[in-house]
Amino acid sequence: MIDVSALTVRFRTKTGHVDAVREASFHVDEGEVFGLVGESGSGKSTILRALSGLAPIASGHMKIGSHVLREKVPRAFRRDVQMVFQDPYGSLHPRFTVDQTLREPLTINGIDRQDERIVDALGEVGLGPAYRFRYPHQLSGGQRQRVAIARALIVEPRVLLLDEPTSALDVSVQAEILNLLRRLHRERRLTMVLVSHNLAVVGFFCQRVAVMRNGEIVEQCDIASIRAQRVEHEYTRSLLTATGGYQREPSYASHSGANGGVTKR
Amino acid sequence: MPTDMTQPLCEIDELRIGFRGHDGELTDAVRGLSLTLHRGERLGIVGESGSGKTLTGRALLGLLPPDALCQAKTMKFDGQDLLAMSARKRRQLCGRQMSMILQDPKYSLNPVMTVAQQMREAFHLHSPKLGRREMRDKIIAALAAVHVRDPERVADAYPHELSGGMGQRVMIAMMVSSGPRLLVADEPTSALDVLVSMQVLRILDEMIEKHDTGLIFISHDLPLVMSFCDRVVVMYAGRVVETCAARDLVHAQHPYTRGLLAANPPLIDPPDELPVLKRDAAWLAESTGESA
Amino acid sequence: MNAGPRRWKDWLLSDTPASRRQAALGLAYRRWRRFAGNPLSVFGFVILALLIIVAASGPLIAPHDPLQQVLSDRLLPPGSPSHWFGTDQLGRDILSRLIYGSRLTLSIAILVVVIVVPIGLLIGTTAGFFGGWVDNVLMRITDVALAFPKIVLALAFAAALGPGVINAVIAISITAWPAYARLARAETLRLVQADFIHVARLQGASQMRILLRYIVPLCTSSVIVRATLDMAGIILTVAGLGFLGLGAQPPSPEWGFMVASGRNVLLDSWWVATIPGFAILLVSLAFNLLGDGLRDVFDPRHGG
Repeated sequence: MIDVSALTVRFRTKTGHVDAVREASFHVDEGEVFGLVGESGSGKSTILRALSGLAPIASGHMKIGSHVLREKVPRAFRRDVQMVFQDPYGSLHPRFTVDQTLREPLTINGIDRQDERIVDALGEVGLGPAYRFRYPHQLSGGQRQRVAIARALIVEPRVLLLDEPTSALDVSVQAEILNLLRRLHRERRLTMVLVSHNLAVVGFFCQRVAVMRNGEIVEQCDIASIRAQRVEHEYTRSLLTATGGYQREPSYASHSGANGGVTKR
Repeated sequence: MPTDMTQPLCEIDELRIGFRGHDGELTDAVRGLSLTLHRGERLGIVGESGSGKTLTGRALLGLLPPDALCQAKTMKFDGQDLLAMSARKRRQLCGRQMSMILQDPKYSLNPVMTVAQQMREAFHLHSPKLGRREMRDKIIAALAAVHVRDPERVADAYPHELSGGMGQRVMIAMMVSSGPRLLVADEPTSALDVLVSMQVLRILDEMIEKHDTGLIFISHDLPLVMSFCDRVVVMYAGRVVETCAARDLVHAQHPYTRGLLAANPPLIDPPDELPVLKRDAAWLAESTGESA
Repeated sequence: MNAGPRRWKDWLLSDTPASRRQAALGLAYRRWRRFAGNPLSVFGFVILALLIIVAASGPLIAPHDPLQQVLSDRLLPPGSPSHWFGTDQLGRDILSRLIYGSRLTLSIAILVVVIVVPIGLLIGTTAGFFGGWVDNVLMRITDVALAFPKIVLALAFAAALGPGVINAVIAISITAWPAYARLARAETLRLVQADFIHVARLQGASQMRILLRYIVPLCTSSVIVRATLDMAGIILTVAGLGFLGLGAQPPSPEWGFMVASGRNVLLDSWWVATIPGFAILLVSLAFNLLGDGLRDVFDPRHGG
């Protein structure tokens, strides 16, 4: 479904240029959930933007479905590929009600039966009609993200790109959104690319994972290998270890004695 | 000041913080919080957004916004009553014995001053008599102590030229190297990548050990707090719902704590569907519970 | 009988509006409540409402003809029977002149704002949105317009086309729009980075749609607030031009001109210059207070 080979994304800066993504190659099958993991600056979000036609491609080749990504992105592409962004507070227009937010993509693409589709979309993401005419500042972070997901899915895309969709949410809300995404994936047989810095989130949801560092993909493997800690690259290994939490030195552990840290060394 | 081992470093009893809204109605952000911290101990305060954890930390240091209404039965630091203290004495106490690290160094460091200038201001409080040369040496030494590889360059840099991890190290060098008795860390690693977080936490660990500082670690990340702290306090809607030792949290009693623990997707063997936290209205009214 | 208004209030403040109209009205009502919570802003609003009422009903409430000279009643002090604010050197009733003058003041202020705000908004948002050479060209034009001092330009207009209210309005407008263009451009530059703009592009929205439907409405509130705050300055400038003889011409009861013509008798008959001067002060203050109140209401931190 998605084919990326030797992708390089270059941004011009005042002092020259910087390669945000360098020779990245990967492949995503139809209906698969593919994860991109890395820290900030690794280029994972940039790949997503390139996939959605929002970032310039310096060299390399990208193909989504039947569309080959070039300079001009055709209208049909816009209906096939949609994206959910990280910040629920920035991805909704502050002066549009939820209804208007969901109506926009329908109007732009000339889709009919708009009221019906809007009500259906809201129901799919677990928001009832009570939320239909609220403004974004009247919604919680989790609710905003649900609206963003509804908006992405209302044009019935085949590919859904998710850029850290739960990073800005509380852990309990994250659990709800992850469950929702999983259900939607199953029901609609979507192809998804999920970007996250959190290996556990990626591990919950994705079937295959690419680990990125400094603009390059350092390792690609399936999720079972990650869970079994059968990884090759040492960067992936250090990520795995860090996900397990902080390791206190044994000598410090003597402090957490029976009464919680009163004894001195 | 008597170094009484059994006297707690910090004692808060029945803290209440409220805000008056536009329509005159009083909203309580913290409702009857109580906790104790002993010298050299690490206490974690965990809660989601809106739980009141950040306000608690700021109340201790007297950094609440002016429209906040704060009252408590007891708020003591090292035996001294913080509520009855004069503002001037409180400020002196904050500068010398209590410290705070904030979440994002982009916003907590002064953007128009170099690192050295800011550290000089901070150190001046403790050692007002130091000359320029000695102050510079002290700054470089503090930066080296937090494992900054090129302290001279970092000292003369502006905060926007530093990465997030470097900025937090500078904050730690500024706030912790003088050895405060109490440190409040408000989400110190939330804005950082996971590998950088671990580095910063290790440095924090070292500093606290060296000076035997008491730590209050505020975070939304329950697993992280469990791995870093000795004791954990879980807050929900302004109240404490659970207090226990970090290693006992896996056997937590309160349904909110259990729900919070379960909501984190585990890397090994994740369930098909993550258990969703069902918020019970009864939790809003419960009194603080202590579990071994 | 409290059920009526309370039901309306509940409908407006409802958490679950059932239509776009209800949501929009609810938002407006909340903003009004926030505005009304500030007594100073309400004071400004009341003064301006009074100004509008006085201007609209001018001919009905003015006790005398503002242009009629009654030379036997020259320089009567305020408090005289049938001349509450006194008369000027030509026996004209000051209160009536004040009332008719309010129509002039109001129309000049509105005219300037109606010309300046849309031009500034359009130029600023276009420059900020498209960037590149469009931005450069538009901003250089803005710089040129900024370089003109208002009074000097008005003098030039007066010299070329003759003095008068319309020419004064044009002169002020030409020098006032750049500030709004820069303000709108700054807002646009910030908004263009926002995720909801990226989303609109992803949905296939055309550039014009994004500019007009997404960006312009978000810039409008800060431009309006700025215009309200500038109104005081505009009124003072018009009064200043009138004082110099470049704006309204005699016998027109323009407030600035009234102050100018009262100069000569200031020491003996203070009311001729002072009363219109005080009216100018009051209206300028009212606009300032209103603008401050509006700025607080539209503060994005409150979800404005």
